[in-house]
Amino acid sequence: MSFRHIQDRGVKHVLLAGASVSIVVVALIFLFLFREAVPFTSEPGLGQFIGERWRPTSMQQVGFGLLPLITGSAMVTLLATLIAIPFGVLGAVYIAEIAGPREREILKPFIEMIAAIPSVVLGFFGLVVLAPLVKTLFGLPIGLTGITGALLLAFMAVPTIMSISEDAIRSVPRSYIDASLALGANRIQTIFKVVVPAAMSGIIASIMLGMGRVVGETMAVIMVTGNAVQFTFSPLVPIRTMTATIAAEMGEVTNGSAHYQALFWVGIVLLFVTFAINLVALRVLKSYGRA
Amino acid sequence: MPRLRLRVGVCLLAVASLANLAGCSPKQERPAGGAGAAGSAKSGSMSLNIKGSDTMVHLLTAWADAFMKTHPEAKISVTGGGSGTGIAALLNGTTDICASSRDLNEDERQTAESKGLALQDMAVARDALSIVVNPQNPIAELTLDQIAAIYTGSVTNWSEVGGPDETIVVASRESSSGTYMFFQEHVLKTKDYAAGALLLPATSAIVQTVSDAKGAIGYVGLGYAHEAGAKVKSLGVKAAVDAPAVMPSNESVLSGAYSVSRPLFLVVSREPAGATKDFIDFCLSDEGQAIVEDNGYVSVK
Repeated sequence: MSFRHIQDRGVKHVLLAGASVSIVVVALIFLFLFREAVPFTSEPGLGQFIGERWRPTSMQQVGFGLLPLITGSAMVTLLATLIAIPFGVLGAVYIAEIAGPREREILKPFIEMIAAIPSVVLGFFGLVVLAPLVKTLFGLPIGLTGITGALLLAFMAVPTIMSISEDAIRSVPRSYIDASLALGANRIQTIFKVVVPAAMSGIIASIMLGMGRVVGETMAVIMVTGNAVQFTFSPLVPIRTMTATIAAEMGEVTNGSAHYQALFWVGIVLLFVTFAINLVALRVLKSYGRA
Repeated sequence: MPRLRLRVGVCLLAVASLANLAGCSPKQERPAGGAGAAGSAKSGSMSLNIKGSDTMVHLLTAWADAFMKTHPEAKISVTGGGSGTGIAALLNGTTDICASSRDLNEDERQTAESKGLALQDMAVARDALSIVVNPQNPIAELTLDQIAAIYTGSVTNWSEVGGPDETIVVASRESSSGTYMFFQEHVLKTKDYAAGALLLPATSAIVQTVSDAKGAIGYVGLGYAHEAGAKVKSLGVKAAVDAPAVMPSNESVLSGAYSVSRPLFLVVSREPAGATKDFIDFCLSDEGQAIVEDNGYVSVK
């Protein structure tokens, strides 16, 4: 056996070990989550989660209704995604198809840098700048609302959406564009009738990944959404997300109490939501790989 | 059990070496009683962790600074996070002293008992909660019942308590905060906060919210209300409709006239000894209590 051969095998085993460790760790995380959460199923019971009263520390009657938390998370996530899509996708189209090479060299890293801003810094910005703005803009009594959170999260999702969409758009075969132009379509027609549809699965995947980032974000939402646990579909009032609830309450609970277990269930719900979103994104990315 | 034995061993070693350094016999150095012996396990090192109440962070930092000036060998670290967080840390053994702005509840006492801890709490200062509103709000005083009605959500507009037609924005602390619990117990009479109440992560966020929103109301410690200055307006509190309105101040808290006030505690998990004891003694000394007053809290003496 040559030295080269041994080296190859060594590297292979190291990589295999690395991959296996991460799989085991993920499995352990799942196991841990469930181990802490499971006692809740018998006492006080999963039926507790249906309802709109999340009052785990109430001195009258505790309530573990997940509805306000789920609608809070869902609303902020969907709004943030809707706001981020036009900026992310159009930005990607611009960078990939219209911007000159120098422009692209400046723009792309600049936008990707947004992703590197710590969310607590963005949260602070949201608290001091965005919230008063939202307050005056919508004439609200207070600026700490669902929409403030959504705007801030949209800002955080744009780099993800733009960067992956741009890759997808740039990998549309040159021949498509040439063919379109040869048929007499102008540049804008080519971009929106040929390039964007061809890159659509990549764009959708980028949106899903952006959504995954948004739904799990904690620090920024805790700072700007006002954290009022109320069941509402209005984005103009204070709301609370699942992540904010876990972060705000985990510190105080006694290990093993019903409240503690309930927070683990919130974590499990969150895990499944992000898992589902990522799964869809991967599926779409895969089909895009074939395109 | 082996862990405990190890601890006692370490403690004896530490005491012995200290005694050698000091040049006196170990017997004199060793504190009497089982609890004392266990407590001195921590006294070998002079580093203290204090965790808990956000209300007390300023005060504890001031105490720690003053204490470390006269005890250069002591290293004290102070962190906030809320009284509940501090108590949980104390029960889990991750802090030496817990700062709490509320009494321990039944659950916490039971947990401590099941872990064999001999909890001790000492009132080291008093704090008044200022009820603060936006300076533009013409309201100057409220009764306790009106405050409770606002926080439980049965009153939602300032016009219902004699103010302008303006939606009330209710600002509260997080449920991990001792202030939140104290307020719920003594002002809301254990009723639930309104669902629309903002649960803000820190006192500074309450000040920020109240100074930004015309219709907002919040509660903050007396010291913070002083610090916030003209950004917020403290309200006079009336115990009953026909009672006089009392403004929060050192005098009104000491005399008992201001009703929204509470003791602030330091809690330890066993009989204090060594650095822990020195520090608590310092907090309760005249010098320590002068620091209390300097920081806008009320002395317990």
